[in-house]
Amino acid sequence: MDPLKLLFGPNRQVTEAQQQFTFSRRAFFLGGTQVGIGVLLAGRMAWLAVAENEKYALLAESNRVNLQIIPPRRGWIVDRNGRPIALNRTAFRVDLIPDRLADKDAVLTELAQVMRLTPVDVERVRADLKKAAGFQPVPVAENIDWETFAAVSLRTTEMPGVAPSEFFTRHYPEGASVGHLIGYVGAASAKDYEEKRDPLLITPGFKIGKDGLEKTQEVTLRGLPGAKRTEVTARGKLVRDLATRPDVPGKTVKLTVDAGLQAYTGRRLGLESGSAVVIDCETGGILTLSSMPSFDPNSFSDGIGRIEWRMLQEDDHIPMLNKAMQGLYPPGSTVKPAAALALLQNGVDPEETVFCNGGYTLGSRTFRCLGRHGPMNMRHALMKSCNTYFYAMGRRIGYDRIAPVAKMLGLGKEFDLPMPSQRYGTVPDSAWKRKKFDQDWSQSDTLNATIGQGYVLTSPLQLAVMSARIASGKMLDPYLIHGQRKPAARLPFSEEQLQVVRDGMDLVVNGAGTAVRSRLPLEGIRMAGKTGTAQVRAIKGGQRGQSGNWKYRDHGLFVFFAPVEKPRYAGAVVIEHGMGGARAAAPVAKSMMTYLYDPAKAMEELTALEAGWGGDVNTRMARKAAAWKAASDPKAAVQAAAEGSVEDSEIKKTTEIEERLDAGAPVNRDAAASPEPETAAAPVTADVPPRPAEGSPQ
Amino acid sequence: MTDGFVPAPLKQLPWRLLFLLLAIGGFGTIVLFSAAGGSLTPWAASHAVRFCIFLVMAIIMSRIPEEFYARMAMPGYAAVLILLIAVELIGGISGGSQRWLDLGFIRLQPSELMKLAVVLATARYYSMLPAGQVRTWTAVWPPVLLFGIPFVLVLLQPDLGTGLMIAAGGVTVMFLAGIPLRLFVGTAVIGAAALPVVFSFLHDYQQKRVLIFLNPEEDALGAGYHITQSKIAIGSGGIFGKGYLNGTQSHLDYLPEGHTDFVFATMAEEWGLLGGLAIIVAFVMVGRWGLQVASRATTRFGRMTAAALSMTIFYYVTINLLMVMGMAPVVGIPLPMVSHGGTAMLTVMLCLGVLMSIERHSRRRTGL
Repeated sequence: MDPLKLLFGPNRQVTEAQQQFTFSRRAFFLGGTQVGIGVLLAGRMAWLAVAENEKYALLAESNRVNLQIIPPRRGWIVDRNGRPIALNRTAFRVDLIPDRLADKDAVLTELAQVMRLTPVDVERVRADLKKAAGFQPVPVAENIDWETFAAVSLRTTEMPGVAPSEFFTRHYPEGASVGHLIGYVGAASAKDYEEKRDPLLITPGFKIGKDGLEKTQEVTLRGLPGAKRTEVTARGKLVRDLATRPDVPGKTVKLTVDAGLQAYTGRRLGLESGSAVVIDCETGGILTLSSMPSFDPNSFSDGIGRIEWRMLQEDDHIPMLNKAMQGLYPPGSTVKPAAALALLQNGVDPEETVFCNGGYTLGSRTFRCLGRHGPMNMRHALMKSCNTYFYAMGRRIGYDRIAPVAKMLGLGKEFDLPMPSQRYGTVPDSAWKRKKFDQDWSQSDTLNATIGQGYVLTSPLQLAVMSARIASGKMLDPYLIHGQRKPAARLPFSEEQLQVVRDGMDLVVNGAGTAVRSRLPLEGIRMAGKTGTAQVRAIKGGQRGQSGNWKYRDHGLFVFFAPVEKPRYAGAVVIEHGMGGARAAAPVAKSMMTYLYDPAKAMEELTALEAGWGGDVNTRMARKAAAWKAASDPKAAVQAAAEGSVEDSEIKKTTEIEERLDAGAPVNRDAAASPEPETAAAPVTADVPPRPAEGSPQ
Repeated sequence: MTDGFVPAPLKQLPWRLLFLLLAIGGFGTIVLFSAAGGSLTPWAASHAVRFCIFLVMAIIMSRIPEEFYARMAMPGYAAVLILLIAVELIGGISGGSQRWLDLGFIRLQPSELMKLAVVLATARYYSMLPAGQVRTWTAVWPPVLLFGIPFVLVLLQPDLGTGLMIAAGGVTVMFLAGIPLRLFVGTAVIGAAALPVVFSFLHDYQQKRVLIFLNPEEDALGAGYHITQSKIAIGSGGIFGKGYLNGTQSHLDYLPEGHTDFVFATMAEEWGLLGGLAIIVAFVMVGRWGLQVASRATTRFGRMTAAALSMTIFYYVTINLLMVMGMAPVVGIPLPMVSHGGTAMLTVMLCLGVLMSIERHSRRRTGL
């Protein structure tokens, strides 16, 4: 077969006429094609312009209009009297808009001169610029002073792409004293944004609550962002301003806290690692929730420096832990009032005496008392903190009858509080031990638990609730957000029963008890209390937790209420490794109560104490930070001193940074490189003491 | 023909076509006035001036007899091919891709002229080929070489869009010449099968363009930006448009090349579907006029040239519109007589000049 035939068809002889005919047919076909394509194009256009018009009109509009989010002003946090605990301060910042930067190098050079940026700052901005694109602003500096801000603002026309702006920073007048309670704010993390996809979260300068009440009250405090709509060209040139919607500021959160007392307590705890809680006995409102040492939420909110962060991490007093709620301690003798109530509930006559000869014998073992107290009734047993009485009586009714009362009074409980985390500890009983260790509850377990040792673990907040409930006779629930609460139910104890315990606690301070040195220096107002000393580790050799290594000293605890006749305030103080409740904790309670009735007198006392400690909290923290800073780069300091040839301006800049650091102001250079506090390391949990050996001091 | 007021030479002009062209070119000027933000400069005024000059040139070309174009077809083709090779060599020496020759007063882009030259040369070849040989190899390989050589040269520049148009011009003439359909179908099938191979030979940026065309939203801010923004402009215009001088996509510079390749989008945003239909209908009518010229043409050369040139103009419009509406890759083909830029307008006017000459020739033979 002819391959050409296959290609060209059978009829290979074509005449002129045939050719003409073929042409006409094919030209007609092409004409049809033209019309067909014309219809196709018209159809496609109609599809875009009619069917999909809405979609594209929206896209054109979102092209045209640049929506700039105005971050809402954060609501204030105020104390029960309206005194601000967290508020906003106007601050100034300078950003660079990458898309509007015509000549990056020229602008950076001029900006560095105007703002006196260090070469390190300039390098950081350069690096950030490389990563950034479009309208996403690159921060140059936050919290600059007004003079610098004004200087930059005057030159914006010469430096296109530089955007100075005013914004708000969070300010906590009381500083470190409110750190754990209020928490702090910070820029939203990438994870936050991925979860919510809220563009507000990535708006420069916008901060969200990261801890404490700032975190839990976020919804109330945040407010609604405003929007500034501008018409812009593709290159970001502003054409005109369109309607602007103002922001709706966040709502104020009013607390039950007394800001003055909170600040005072923070300072009064001084060099100790401890916590203090005071509760309003009429309502259950928390007046103070203090844990020291703490962090300064101001420096956290501005982005904490690397060195400051490390300093907080390496401190053995664990400043990052809110000990008032997350610290768990054996309560020691502070639970004796609860045990006493349980005894009364189970028919023990408060006047019945137990003879204390310095200890209690169970089988072949002797459980020791602090002294030889002789005949003890309930009131005196509380006053002297006599272990023998409680060993004997506790054993009589059994701990399974004491535990429910301890729980009723708040021990081992978690409270409905707007705080990120609470630990609730342990109030053991036989069922608990069976479940946990698959062992029977022993008599010695009862003896240990009755005096607050052994398996018992409580938080300072729980101890404060316990004393508030005993003082008021009501099932008070602690709360932090000011507002109406429904009245608390009465405890299932008679007024006489409660009065026995209150009398005992009155005697502790005002009789011949363990805390007589902490009587209130006030006319006609008495404080009742109960001391406690909790072992941190087993008694070994001569060391009884009263000396030696700080880490192994006994904890000092104190629960209290005042005034005795008509309790108004109740609370608890725990001083870690304070060696004794009477010695370390009770004086703090005394100061706090004094402050509530006579602030001037209390401040006078505090000023004297602080003179001995080396200044108040903020001064000491700033000094410590400076020392850390100096210690962490001694090489640079030595080198700079040795070379001597470093330009004057260089040295001046370094000293400037030191000064800013001394004043507790943020140093952006560090802030930029600092790890996210939340993710850098989880706070270390409280040192749960090893189980003490049988027998216990006081 | 007794009308004494209108002189005969004027009366002989194809007024239907001229009105269409004036409408298209005038509309183009109006759109370019808006594209410049309501200014005659830099585009509208120069566009209008250039349009008038080229139109006059086309009318003058129409006075030249058809035989002249037929005779000059092969030498002209050879000259343009030499220019094309020259461009290639200069480009090779200067180490970059170059598409034009700087003649001092004009930057001549030989590949544009080649669109016309290929059609004329191929048509000339077939007009000289005896009818009996249409179904032989002699009817196939020389025309394939005629468009194949420039196609490859232009592809090397690299300019895929222009290269395809040159090839399309040649193929159209072959189709009209009566080459068996099975050859076209067979080639199309083989071509489709070879597409992946061809694709792998494309430049990176050309491959990217094709891929982006297939999925523009994938890279809406990068290279898919053109198509996306063009569709936004056209789609947001709706039926009646946003109103003259009210286009935001073009005025705020979101639409790139809003005065050249994407001028249709600029127009559609302000004039809506109605403006778009007007342009499409006008070009279809231009095409129809060209095919009518072809059907009335008296010579085989005239017939094939007229039909193929009509198609060449239509290819411009089709490729450009498919591109701006997101149905073809971005290949850089402007919308003739509307887009700012002289080269495409020059080519189209040259085509029209030849078409008008053929029309005049046929009228003289039959009518007068």
